[in-house]
Amino acid sequence: MTIYGYRVPMMASLLVWCLVWELVGQSGLMFLVPPLSNVLLAGIAMVQTGTWQSAALITLHSFVIGMALAVVVGITLGVLMGRFKAVDELFSIWVNIFVSAPLSALVPVLMILFGMGETTVVVTVFLFAVWIIVLDTRAGIQHVPNSLIEMGRCYGASPFALYGKIVLLAALPEILAGIRLGLVRGVKGVVIGQLLVAIIGYGELFELYSRSFDMENFWALTIILFAAAMLMSAAIEHIEKKVDYYAGVR
Amino acid sequence: MTVPAASMNAMPRTEGDIAVEVRSICKNYAEVEALRLIDLDFPRGKLTTLLGPSGCGKTTLLKIIAGLIEPTSGEVRVNGKIITGPGPERAFVFQDFALMPWATVMRNVAFGLELKGMGKAERQSIARHYIAEVGLTGFEDKYPHELSGGMRQRVGLARAFAVNAEVLLLDEPFSAVDEQNRRKFQEDLLQLVEKERKTFIFVTHSIEEAVYVSDRIVLLSRRPSRVAQIIEPKIDRTASPDAIRRDQGYLDTVEEIWQGLKHYVD
Repeated sequence: MTIYGYRVPMMASLLVWCLVWELVGQSGLMFLVPPLSNVLLAGIAMVQTGTWQSAALITLHSFVIGMALAVVVGITLGVLMGRFKAVDELFSIWVNIFVSAPLSALVPVLMILFGMGETTVVVTVFLFAVWIIVLDTRAGIQHVPNSLIEMGRCYGASPFALYGKIVLLAALPEILAGIRLGLVRGVKGVVIGQLLVAIIGYGELFELYSRSFDMENFWALTIILFAAAMLMSAAIEHIEKKVDYYAGVR
Repeated sequence: MTVPAASMNAMPRTEGDIAVEVRSICKNYAEVEALRLIDLDFPRGKLTTLLGPSGCGKTTLLKIIAGLIEPTSGEVRVNGKIITGPGPERAFVFQDFALMPWATVMRNVAFGLELKGMGKAERQSIARHYIAEVGLTGFEDKYPHELSGGMRQRVGLARAFAVNAEVLLLDEPFSAVDEQNRRKFQEDLLQLVEKERKTFIFVTHSIEEAVYVSDRIVLLSRRPSRVAQIIEPKIDRTASPDAIRRDQGYLDTVEEIWQGLKHYVD
């Protein structure tokens, strides 16, 4: 973007909003919005506490397990749905319901099934992330050009080699997009899971700070979470860009 | 053509030596009858072209010979044996190249050998030979998206040569290549046909291309497709490419085929 011939750097809009936040905070209009500088200072102090570190570890643990399950199950189911019509017809209604359903409403039910502990949080992460991975993988598999599969068959690929060396790689751009969207949803899942069910980890801290109206710490926590989610999503996007050239020549 | 006439006798070609036999092939798609009772012989070491109006099922026939499509009835024999699917004695060159975009030229060309489980050093030395053969030396480490259409198809051709199949099936290999590259490619193909001594089955919709490259041309009629005519162009292939394109036999054959196909064109 350029304004009056000057090139405006990409992060400029972020700086503008940070400034607005700081000004609103300094004016003391709303006690919910402390100045950004105070929030940042609170954040720096917070990450040095043992409470935050153990909460972050617990949260990360649930998130990683839930995401790993979602990626494995999502890609497997997506490949099966993309390749076999019967599987597609059997599962597509459920995948389409769950991908758009308000899953938060299900979390209390999960609590009955899986108890109050970490399992419920892992399942919540899984349920938030898996459906979009299924759908994107399925789309990717369906976009694999038929001639690539015929090529594999012609040159004697075993079914294992056909999937491992051709089909999955050809669908990689869509699979990566699915994982990126799944990650973002998984972050939502882990926080909602921890908030609604097991008051542990990040959820516990959110509870604590919002109940005691400790807004500086609350916002610091939120910013760290957003930053983590955006960083992960950007990392996947970076890999996606590397395989962008696929689309043109596939 | 730089190949001397003497090399024509390098491998004796006995009459009646048939590499691929197509027997009573029919193919129906739901209500559409694509192929009706096709009977054809493909002589060993020759380039036979399947030519016909668009949508006449020539690619379908080629894919049936490749073992990629099941015929509704009839059978295909390669070296006398009935085929049940793709096999190592046949290699395919695809209209859209079918290259793996994540693999280099080297890996794409060696891919057939990789699937056979051949060691890396061995398959790369074979691939290197055929990469040179199709004129792509120096491009071994490039990716398909860095190559032009013509060069991509050269990779496809090298991949087919590398597995050392006896029968090469080419499905409109030049249709996605621009005109000028196509001409050069056709000339190179003729040299490779002469050098590699394989049985080529070639599908095209271009009459000039068919006459230029073929020993035999099989004309297919419109759906349901049947063999309408078989033409053997009498052209002196030892002449230079430009001489062939001005050869009276070449021009007459093009005209003859056009007269045969004209009434299929609306």
